[in-house]
Amino acid sequence: MNLDRPLTRNVRPDRSPTDLHSYESNGGYQSLRGAIGKSSPADCLQIIKDSNLRGRGGAGFPTGMKWSFVPMENVSNASNPDGHKYLICNADEMEPGTFKDRLLMECDPHQLIEGMILAAYTLQADVAYIFIRAEYYKATQRLREAIEDCKRKGYLGQNILGSGFDLTMHVHVSAGRYICGEETALISALEGKRANPRAKPPFPQVSGLWGRPTIVNNVETLCNVHHIIERGADWFQSLGKTKDSGTKLYGVSGRVKNPGCWELPMGTTVREILEEYAGGMEDGYQLRGFLPGGGSTDFLTTEHLDLAMDYDTIGKAGSRMGTGTMIILDDKTCPVGFVKNLIEFFARESCGFCTPCRDGLPWSAQVLDDIESGRGKAEDMDTLARQVQFIGAIGNTHCALAPGAMEPLQSAMKYFPDDFTRHIDGGACPYCDRENR
Amino acid sequence: MSELIPVCTDEQLSETELAAIDAEIAHVPYRASVAIDALKIVQAQRGWVSDDALQAIARHLKMSAEELDGIATFYNLIFRRPVGDKVILLCDSISCWIKGCDGLTQGVTDLLGVGPGETTPDKAYTLLPITCLGACDKAPVMMVGEELYENVDEQTLHALFGKGQA
Ligand SMILES: Cc1cc2nc3c(=O)[nH]c(=O)nc-3n(C[C@H](O)[C@H](O)[C@H](O)COP(=O)(O)O)c2cc1C
Ligand code: SF4
Ligand code: FES
Repeated sequence: MNLDRPLTRNVRPDRSPTDLHSYESNGGYQSLRGAIGKSSPADCLQIIKDSNLRGRGGAGFPTGMKWSFVPMENVSNASNPDGHKYLICNADEMEPGTFKDRLLMECDPHQLIEGMILAAYTLQADVAYIFIRAEYYKATQRLREAIEDCKRKGYLGQNILGSGFDLTMHVHVSAGRYICGEETALISALEGKRANPRAKPPFPQVSGLWGRPTIVNNVETLCNVHHIIERGADWFQSLGKTKDSGTKLYGVSGRVKNPGCWELPMGTTVREILEEYAGGMEDGYQLRGFLPGGGSTDFLTTEHLDLAMDYDTIGKAGSRMGTGTMIILDDKTCPVGFVKNLIEFFARESCGFCTPCRDGLPWSAQVLDDIESGRGKAEDMDTLARQVQFIGAIGNTHCALAPGAMEPLQSAMKYFPDDFTRHIDGGACPYCDRENR
Repeated sequence: MSELIPVCTDEQLSETELAAIDAEIAHVPYRASVAIDALKIVQAQRGWVSDDALQAIARHLKMSAEELDGIATFYNLIFRRPVGDKVILLCDSISCWIKGCDGLTQGVTDLLGVGPGETTPDKAYTLLPITCLGACDKAPVMMVGEELYENVDEQTLHALFGKGQA
């Protein structure tokens, strides 16, 4: 068994799914058997805390700390007579440029389920949901089959492996919209409502789904859980190259020779990922910049290639590691067009709840369209700068969608100002003869 | 929706639809909690959700049709207008844009004669743009029905939608 690459050890080159039998013969469900009913939930929580596992959904929030806010005493009351607590797996994966959770769910559905059972046991949650985007048909089907297999095996249901712990698991297939990935919007969607985010506090850990204690975690986060509980916090810490522990699914898309997704030690450098795994740039293309972790992260450029891809290092460089899947800007792609595509995406996906996002993003998209198509004026740059200031400030909007949208825009203006000016001065897009445009 | 939904039709949900919706209701605290599941169940049977079907679902969930329509229209994969037998979801997000998805949209339009949001006259296909499909390393990508197509180019489009294929 590959101990250095725990998350993808069952991923086959042809991406065929690992069924229950092959999962078990590769050591699967041993972690569950070893822990459930034998270690206490408090012990499991301590291991997760000590491991320094940080959420892989984008924000990097420490998982153990997040879980420690869930009340462990009896939570039953008039509106929650059965004392339900919920664990939700966020499998909405819609951040542009992100393609890691799909791989984990399609290739090794049991790994996620085992992680979720142990997470639920740690939190003493009795109901678990996998909230999955509708387009992931294959993953949905494989997860549903895996859940049925687990019920037959006694890994899910009543009195799991004789431990006295009960867990029901449902797959909820979404009906679209990027905003569903924001955890409080996801909760609204699971309740059958429009996916508007909710004000915090109260935090979901205390009052989430139907007002009950709820934890929302990303697929990749949960996939780590049973490995950590089985092999310990020190083992997990030792996997990372820098302070952030574990491995990470890194991805690269854009004009590179070998786009793809690889599990590597946390803190692998951008250069190593780009050159050794992604094979460098396609012939005839030069690297200009990259978004380190999805569409809502700030650009970094060639001067940042030797940085370690971990939360703190990328944060200090003025961006975010986000989902860890990089999008490459090459020298033949128009940076203004690139950002315009992203802003149009965010404008389309705004839930419409607050004004800076609902009305501000389409305005930004309009200004960018003017510039890109050669109708821009010098003062448009000031307009964009003001939009970044107002829409991008945390606290001006109800959730992080709008500030996230401003990250690629503000950093493109910082690193590629001449590209904006050339559009405005020349009255046309200097890249417009490029293919397919 | 600009027009008001006509009041009270006697459209009924089928046995299959009711059974599937009731199975969802069984594990949630409030009937209205299954609104999205119910819309999806009905859409799976009928291809889309008509005003009449919407009212029938709302009655069954004991909520107003207006509230349910507010939910239905929020989600891009609930269809409140008829769609073709297969929906083409063409990714127009960043990695696919870098790899030329604009040209592919035009390619589909040239072959099928429909632009984004439109359905072919024979009701075989509806073309819709979609956000990142989580397969960016294989950009550009699209879905046709439940099938994902990777590294899509003119040839892929011709094989799928060219004369004598569709
Ligand atoms: C607009 C928006 C979209 C998001 N989409 C996702 C998503 O698709 N998947 C995900 O895991 N987290 C997403 N997040 C982050 C979640 O809100 C949440 O932080 C995460 O699921 C927590 O899991 P983690 O602690 O395991 O990272 C999104 C956040 C925002 C603001
Ligand atoms: S920032 Fe945008 S997505 Fe978030 S609540 Fe406001 S309108 Fe909705
Ligand atoms: S951008 Fe098209 S699949 Fe991700």
